[in-house]
Amino acid sequence: MSILQFFYLLSAALFILGIRGLSSPETARRGMNLASLGMLVAVVGTLFHHEIVNYYWIIGGLILGTAIGIPLSMIPMTAVPQRTALSHAGGALAACLIGISEYYRHGVQLGTTHMAIIGVEVMLGALTTTGSLMAAAKLQGLLPGRPITYRFQNVSNISLLAALAGLVVYLTLHPGDIRMFYLLLGGSFLFGILLLIPIGAADMPCVITLLNSYAGLTDAAMGFMLANRIQIITGSLDGSSGFILSVLMSRAMNRNFINILFGAFGKVEESSVEVLEVKKKSVKSLKVEEVSKFLNEARSVIIVPGYGMAAAQAQHAVRDVADKLKTRGAKVRYAIHPVAGRMPGHMNVLLAEANVPYTELIDMEEINPEFSQADVALVVGANDVTNPAARHVKSSPIYGMPILDVDKAKKVVVLKRSMAPGFAGIDNELYVLEHTWMLFGDAKDSLTQLAGTLQNGT
Amino acid sequence: MEGIPIAELYIFLLAAFLGYQLISRVPPLLHTPLMSATNAISGISLVGSIVVAGANYSTLSNVLGFLAVTCSTINVVGGFLITDRILKMFKK
Repeated sequence: MSILQFFYLLSAALFILGIRGLSSPETARRGMNLASLGMLVAVVGTLFHHEIVNYYWIIGGLILGTAIGIPLSMIPMTAVPQRTALSHAGGALAACLIGISEYYRHGVQLGTTHMAIIGVEVMLGALTTTGSLMAAAKLQGLLPGRPITYRFQNVSNISLLAALAGLVVYLTLHPGDIRMFYLLLGGSFLFGILLLIPIGAADMPCVITLLNSYAGLTDAAMGFMLANRIQIITGSLDGSSGFILSVLMSRAMNRNFINILFGAFGKVEESSVEVLEVKKKSVKSLKVEEVSKFLNEARSVIIVPGYGMAAAQAQHAVRDVADKLKTRGAKVRYAIHPVAGRMPGHMNVLLAEANVPYTELIDMEEINPEFSQADVALVVGANDVTNPAARHVKSSPIYGMPILDVDKAKKVVVLKRSMAPGFAGIDNELYVLEHTWMLFGDAKDSLTQLAGTLQNGT
Repeated sequence: MEGIPIAELYIFLLAAFLGYQLISRVPPLLHTPLMSATNAISGISLVGSIVVAGANYSTLSNVLGFLAVTCSTINVVGGFLITDRILKMFKK
């Protein structure tokens, strides 16, 4: 056993301690420092690997990767979901390329097990690469964020997946058939694209975590291929992390995996009765001054952020309003729904960026009982996660989805650009309640004005 | 059943259970930095890529290894930096 294995053992321990640190914001940074030390140990140790005979390609790759990695880490916080999707693509592509290289190196001599591992690795790696690139493009707005569906979509996707699995089996029996290997590679790249076509931008919290899981599994497969145990451990950790997050997200969105992957959410029957009922009732609209009157009287305010806040870059304006309220002695908290935004924890990061203390960011289960005591609930760009229809309208696509109990607050003010329905394509019952008022306009503008009038108030 | 890497399968299984335990303790507050952190850590594919890039199996494997080193380095460097940037913002 070489000294390198001890290096890897040490870095495995450091990685585990690193993730352990993430159990609390106080220990998180220290944990990540340990994890980066673990990475350094592993990489430096590997540079002395006995098979390495030339360093040009390695140094070139390290320099180029660093040159690209640093600017990618300096992007604005609103772009974190896209960056995360891109990094899944990068990780999966690396594993896929090494799989191809190993196939070329050993070719016909590959044993059944080894070929099966390479096949799975290349297939998972390729589909995760293109799938994640598609996700990043949708999040960045380069591709339309709405789900795109066509006839026989599910049937053709499932058939392609079955064909790819068949190719892996065929290759384990005939490892020398290079055309079939190419076919597997190309087919997997194609499958990744097709898989993401029917997925809408608001489904991203589920999908990005699932791709996270795939990227981890690809990594683990690469570890199996190279008999590199540290990579099996990290791949497995990453895979289970993505999987757990994905389960949490789909539960919070009222969906199961199959539904997300093949269901193309968002196709809702326009003719459903509830929709018509909401449309018949009219909403009450307010001006900024009237809203600030509500807020001036409030002792307790709960702010409910959603993707609209991120889209309008309104997180700083939200905090300005909260600061004004706090100087008046009001209690201000933020209600965070697990799937608000485009990735798990998205709202927390944006609000933390705006210097909102994390102790004011309250998870759904904890904040829900508090709404009944709140004088005003201020909804900033959240829609479906506040719709009371989820509780009682059995025919609604969001029926059963856990929601924030915004309607239980004494007064509800909804900041909204227009009456356009939310992602689920249904109208929100919340908007027509007796104690709900709408403040139409760009969230950032409205909040900035609101902060101004609050200052001039009492 | 020859050639089945059984020890590796045990490692994989145990790490998955460990992952479940570790990740369950991470509060939703930190789910975004968790994702960027696991990305950075899974950039450990760098070590495998380094060996392939540096061993002269063939020019093709050098080039593929080089590309893989580049991709993994992007994840490692970018991942750790942005995770730290995010975590720095979380204040009481």
